[in-house]
Amino acid sequence: MATHKIRVEINGAEREAEVESRLLLVHLLRETLGMTGTHIGCDTTHCGACTVLLDGQPVKSCTVLAVQADGREVLTVEGLEKDGQLHPIQEGFWQEHGLQCGYCTPGMMLTGYALLQKSSDPGEPEIRQAISGNLCRCTGYVNIVKSVQYAAAKLRSAQ
Amino acid sequence: MIPASFDYHAPRTLEEAFALLQAHRDDVKVLSGGQSLLPLLKLRLGAAGHLVDIGRIPGLEYIEERDGALAIGGRTRESALETSELVRTKYPLLADTAAVIADPLVRNLATVGGNLAHGDPANDHPATMLALGAAVVAAGPGGTRTIAIEDFFVGLFTTVLEPDEILTEIRIPVPPSGSGGAYVKLERKVGDFATAAAAVQVTLGADGKVARAGIGLTNAGPVPLRAAGAESFLTGKEPTEEVIAEAARRAAAAASPSPDRRGTVEYKREMARVLTARALRRALERARGEH
Repeated sequence: MATHKIRVEINGAEREAEVESRLLLVHLLRETLGMTGTHIGCDTTHCGACTVLLDGQPVKSCTVLAVQADGREVLTVEGLEKDGQLHPIQEGFWQEHGLQCGYCTPGMMLTGYALLQKSSDPGEPEIRQAISGNLCRCTGYVNIVKSVQYAAAKLRSAQ
Repeated sequence: MIPASFDYHAPRTLEEAFALLQAHRDDVKVLSGGQSLLPLLKLRLGAAGHLVDIGRIPGLEYIEERDGALAIGGRTRESALETSELVRTKYPLLADTAAVIADPLVRNLATVGGNLAHGDPANDHPATMLALGAAVVAAGPGGTRTIAIEDFFVGLFTTVLEPDEILTEIRIPVPPSGSGGAYVKLERKVGDFATAAAAVQVTLGADGKVARAGIGLTNAGPVPLRAAGAESFLTGKEPTEEVIAEAARRAAAAASPSPDRRGTVEYKREMARVLTARALRRALERARGEH
């Protein structure tokens, strides 16, 4: 069985692991490293529950090999909070009731976070387009859109 | 779901990649963005003992015009096409297509070369490239060769690429003035394959007649379909509503879709007709600068 020694910067910290070629990034996070904030939903590249940022871009970690992340940066939901302070995107989901069951929430927040890196004041169509690869079966997306806009406003006011 | 065991290789140069592909010739797949290949391996619809990841080979991601063609590096991501100013302004058919492939997260990894080399008639770029009259560059240990896109697809998931070749570039002729294109796709939801979709690229002459028409259909048979009959019907004609309707009828008649949960053969063929007409109208508007 072929294994590879990989080094990945996860939420700002260097992590090393010896992984099988076929290990998926989501399994590296959840099983090898015990970081269960990233969820597995459909496991078939549809739902976006497993979304993480790879070098700043939102991707579905069920469809990336762990070994492909070697030498790269990964941001997961565990990396959003800093020093006990929720990131504005997390605060937005709290304030605007952007979740019900919470299953899609880590992925939604990371996709929203990535959108706000390149667009400081996105309108509803832009947000809905950005999250169109992340499925939510509870909210009807209305409050998720409001949550992202809450975060956008908060980030703008902090500048 | 976990793929069957394989070994992963990450060559740093094309030469290293060719050597790996040759060494494992009968049991190897090229990994580009992985957004088709990894699901296939996870679902165990396919297996390979070795994956050669071309993601760490520099110089395969670019979008630039040179020598009368738009050259797109084989590993260029769909998201790069989507945000390219050059693509948006001069290649609206490509921009339309990139915006409806899978979903935004998949497009951050999926590549243009992978979309073609996968050989899936349900993918969107094959129809686009057929309409645009593109060619692809295949690089192998013996050098490179250029293949016209209409000679590229030979069967379901099968192309003319040799096991030790890599699709390194796509070349699209720079459209003359008076050109426009459009891609219109019917999908049940974002991320689904097309129920039906039509890619159209037209060039109008100074007389307002069609000088060139390219029409490709997605998911309309075992290989991506070029609606050659509809193209030749259009050529030299004034594109009136009647001509558009007849061209769309001819394109749909050439389609041989498979029935599945997205619809029956009759329904999909009818959708191919409707979408071809819509794509033609939009392409003509763009060719006239009306948008």
